[in-house]
Amino acid sequence: MAPFDLLGNLGTFWTYAVYLLIGAAFGAVLESAGFAKSTKLAAQFYFKDLTVLKVMFTAIVTAMVLLYLSSGLGWMDFDDVWVNPTYWWPGIVGGLIMGVGFIIGGFCPGTSLVAAATLKVDGVFFVLGAITGILAFGETVGLFEGFWNSSFAGRLTLFDWLHTSAGIVVIAVVLMALGMFWGGEWLEERFGGIPRADAPRGRYVGAGILVVLAVAVFFIGQPTNDDRWDRIAGEMETVLADREVQIHPGELLDLIHDNAIKVVILDCRDEGDFNLFHIWDARRVDCHDAIDVSATLHNEPDNTVIVTVSNDEGRATRLWKVLVADSVRNVYILEGGINHWIAVFDPEAVPAAGGDDELRYAFSAALGSSWPAADPDPEEFELEYTEKVVIEVAQAPAGGGCG
Amino acid sequence: MSTSDPARGLRLLSRPERPFWNPYVAGVALGVVLFLAFFITGNGLGASGGINRAIVWLEDLIVPDHIDNTAYLVGIAGGETNPFDSWVVYVALGTILGGLASGWFHGRLKVETNKGPNISVHRRWLFAFIGGALMGYGARFARGCTSGQALSGGAVLSAGSWLFMFAVFGGGYALAYFVRRAWN
Repeated sequence: MAPFDLLGNLGTFWTYAVYLLIGAAFGAVLESAGFAKSTKLAAQFYFKDLTVLKVMFTAIVTAMVLLYLSSGLGWMDFDDVWVNPTYWWPGIVGGLIMGVGFIIGGFCPGTSLVAAATLKVDGVFFVLGAITGILAFGETVGLFEGFWNSSFAGRLTLFDWLHTSAGIVVIAVVLMALGMFWGGEWLEERFGGIPRADAPRGRYVGAGILVVLAVAVFFIGQPTNDDRWDRIAGEMETVLADREVQIHPGELLDLIHDNAIKVVILDCRDEGDFNLFHIWDARRVDCHDAIDVSATLHNEPDNTVIVTVSNDEGRATRLWKVLVADSVRNVYILEGGINHWIAVFDPEAVPAAGGDDELRYAFSAALGSSWPAADPDPEEFELEYTEKVVIEVAQAPAGGGCG
Repeated sequence: MSTSDPARGLRLLSRPERPFWNPYVAGVALGVVLFLAFFITGNGLGASGGINRAIVWLEDLIVPDHIDNTAYLVGIAGGETNPFDSWVVYVALGTILGGLASGWFHGRLKVETNKGPNISVHRRWLFAFIGGALMGYGARFARGCTSGQALSGGAVLSAGSWLFMFAVFGGGYALAYFVRRAWN
């Protein structure tokens, strides 16, 4: 399913050839739209020629509708698509600086490349300026690194932020764009003397198609976690049955003490059991919050290993399925759960009888992670186990847009 | 149309000059390119990141120790890291080639300076340089330029990208009145 693992399938050379081709198409379209001409771009800010607005928002809504349609129909996994992480204030400040640079210089970085390529001298000077500015940024970012990394909200889409569905936002954005085009044409007629009547009628057909597709996105919806699990269930049930992801307590302990790995232990037992005993640094999560938990995990670094834990394996496996269906990488299950953990690290403790996924050890007090077995010393235990954890780096791009 | 007009500049590899595409047609074409980029690779488009990496590569040739000691640059070219080992470099390179090809095909490959009627050529160059410097600085500040943030982030509905986009237009419109002599 798209997007594809190009590096894995094609190798470096052909992967970069694909990117070169995409870039070439990008450059050709920019040039064909007239974006190598600074006066045409700057006219946007004097309401005389709103080509920038029209091209940009037509492109955004076209790509948006196609992307969310592909995702809704299950042709493309949206979790593997790069969504620029949100840093609110640095984005605003950077955007304002760019706006000022735009009106003074007459280009943006992409269009200036095309202008320079078509021998526009102002484009060449702009590129030289951009090089200077980029160089200056690399040298000065250390002075305000704190601010530059502030107000981080991670992978945040408009519909998550507004707590609504993707379909609603897609429709709203299409309608907003059409409104802006209408207003833009009105302004062009008023300030630029471009009569609206001369514009091709075909644009109404295009607008109609966009609205129909946006409504289709809304009705098709985006795949739920269950839909996503169904798509991979066949493969994943085998992985579970072959015990490829159930890791021994000893392996978990070694991972916790491996400085190169970040371990996130998700304990999905009831609060009572969690308070009686849990592994040191474990995070308690409710199973029905699994999707929200998953959203936070997408922002963890690549060297993160996530381990789900319950008393045996029942609940931990259900949580594992939700996370894996949501494209979280490197998720494992603690083999035999807390009961197995205690049996390994507190051999003196005597288990009682108990049902499936119930805590079979009695505790005299709710000390949580203050019991010795919650934070065992790896030096004390010589444990034999099969290593199962293989760190898989997300296929989704590590650095987007301008990384 | 056929030969160069000294007042307008020197046209190379003379071909008849063609009009620009209708903006909505160009927009749909750009949208399809952007969609295909995401669909095939998972990445959108980008430009300033490619320029950035080319610069850092050059810096690394001259002052490698400096790169290794600057937090922001280490990730790009620290130690054995090759700054060209990134997709965005090839997209930027392709953008240049695609622009060149289209400019030639449409007869718009010519040495010229586009400017407003009330500004001298040299001043226009100076403005282009200053504007470019601000753009370059701002693009890195915002973690993406118009292509990588506004266009790509806008299409996938990134909340930060939409705010960024309004900030760019806000900054442009806020200053437009004061530099009107440069363009009108």
